[in-house]
Amino acid sequence: MKWEPVIGIEVHVELETQSKMFCGCAVDFEAEPNTNVCPTCLGLPGALPVPNRKAIEWITKIGLAFNCSISERSQFHRKNYFYSDQPKNYQISQFDVPVCHDGWIDVTVDGETSRIRVNRAHMEEDTGKSIHVGESGRIHSATETLLNFNRAGVPLVEIVSEADIRSAAQARAYAQTLRTVVAALGVSDAKLEEGSIRFDANVSIRPTGTEAFGTKVEVKNMNSFRSLERAVDFEILRQADILDQGGTIDQETRHWDEGEGVTHSMRSKEGSSDYRYFPEPDLLPIEVTDEWRNEIAATLPELPAARAARYMGLGVDADSATSLAGSDALTAMFQSSLAAGAPAQVAANWLTGEVTAWSRRAAIDIADSALTGAHVAQLAGMVAANLLSSTAAKEVLGYVLAGEGDPETVAAAHDLVQINDSGALESAVDQVIGENEDQFARLAGGEDKLIGFFVGQVMRVTGGKADPRAVTDIIRSRIG
Amino acid sequence: MPIEIDIAHVARLARIELSERQLADYRAQLGVILDHAARVQELPTEGVAPTSHPLDMVNAFREDIVRPSLDRDEVLSQAPDATDGFFRVPPSLDNE
Ligand SMILES: [Zn+2]
Repeated sequence: MKWEPVIGIEVHVELETQSKMFCGCAVDFEAEPNTNVCPTCLGLPGALPVPNRKAIEWITKIGLAFNCSISERSQFHRKNYFYSDQPKNYQISQFDVPVCHDGWIDVTVDGETSRIRVNRAHMEEDTGKSIHVGESGRIHSATETLLNFNRAGVPLVEIVSEADIRSAAQARAYAQTLRTVVAALGVSDAKLEEGSIRFDANVSIRPTGTEAFGTKVEVKNMNSFRSLERAVDFEILRQADILDQGGTIDQETRHWDEGEGVTHSMRSKEGSSDYRYFPEPDLLPIEVTDEWRNEIAATLPELPAARAARYMGLGVDADSATSLAGSDALTAMFQSSLAAGAPAQVAANWLTGEVTAWSRRAAIDIADSALTGAHVAQLAGMVAANLLSSTAAKEVLGYVLAGEGDPETVAAAHDLVQINDSGALESAVDQVIGENEDQFARLAGGEDKLIGFFVGQVMRVTGGKADPRAVTDIIRSRIG
Repeated sequence: MPIEIDIAHVARLARIELSERQLADYRAQLGVILDHAARVQELPTEGVAPTSHPLDMVNAFREDIVRPSLDRDEVLSQAPDATDGFFRVPPSLDNE
């Protein structure tokens, strides 16, 4: 049977506010354990939560960036469950009326763009962090659990997509697009490796061409875009195998194991009624008036999709434009390269190619490298003026990134500048012809493959600094 | 006639252990409360906006300003068990 995957993604984004969602404790993950705690975030009796205005502004900003409608009035609910990282035994969240609902973002895979609907974005609070202590360090064999509540109560936005995603690659693209938008808003540091943005996937499959949804499985614990894609791919195949053999899918939560490349069953998912949501009696409703909404909308920066479209308008190809627009560091470098006079597509090629590859290899942020927009413009100018071959230009860029100086300086220091003086090239050619009269006579007599021999000899004489195309032209002009 | 409820399930969700006698008592008592709620729900409420809070107020916010937290030693001294700045609890799994 042919199966079609049906995937929805839930994203948790920790907001980078100064203080927590409902109390004045600092949001600071470097702090010593349990030093940012108070009666409210420890759930002590009698403590009253008071919402952080900035967090409400920021979730509204997120909602607007994802084309959501903003609820004029929303409210908090208690989500009741027992787990030791949640000191109150409930999490303050939202239930029937979230701050943001019914939005969308466009996601592109292999040049094909699809609109993925966003069901909602709601405001809630993060949990504390648990360390499970035991022989293997795994939760199932832990002998005790250590708790740090510094993260408990940090403002958390959950963004829930509709089940509009149809492949693992599209799931990854959705997650990446979402991350670049959140990062561009400046409301979260949005780092997967630090858990400040976290992705869960709901995966089911159905026979291709049918409408009804299959049983969905929630997959957790992916901490890179690559592991998200691998986990979704694995889960699609696992479910197809079971169904092909006549089995049934259990509705459950599964844990992605990066090392083994498989998902493991966690625990049966409690139905939502078991959370016994009820309106949070300690908190008043949230009202986002049109006036407040418009004030927040006015603070929205240029979003990556609009930025990419603008770069394409400058003649940059779509893939490079998307890569540039999705990274603050690349965007900044690209803008300053343009300002320094670099041609858009040339700068885009260098930045998304060599510079990005160097940054990954060296594990150094582009923003922290020695490269400037002026360097990019100068390098582009040298290549255009034929002073550098493309191979030499790559080498020069490497030295510039390593902090050796500007392109002209390092090209000279490493003796990489091409001979661009036609007089010097002509005399080099004439010298080689003079030393190889027999071969030249055969070349002139029509033995055209000897052209390679002469170009090689000129390159040898010039120490490899001649432009082979210019040399070829001069040799041909001597044949007459 | 009180509404039937799965009292053992409710007890499990609340992580409390009840005797057979308590299960029977609480089933009857909670049933009466639900029965009362069901009667309240019969009231005509068309055109009445839902109320989630008795006060007619919205947007009681605080500004995003850090206030001092509690002293950690004092906090941890109130806990049944602590070590190296952490609360220490038995290993926890969601399903008992
Ligand atoms: Zn606190």
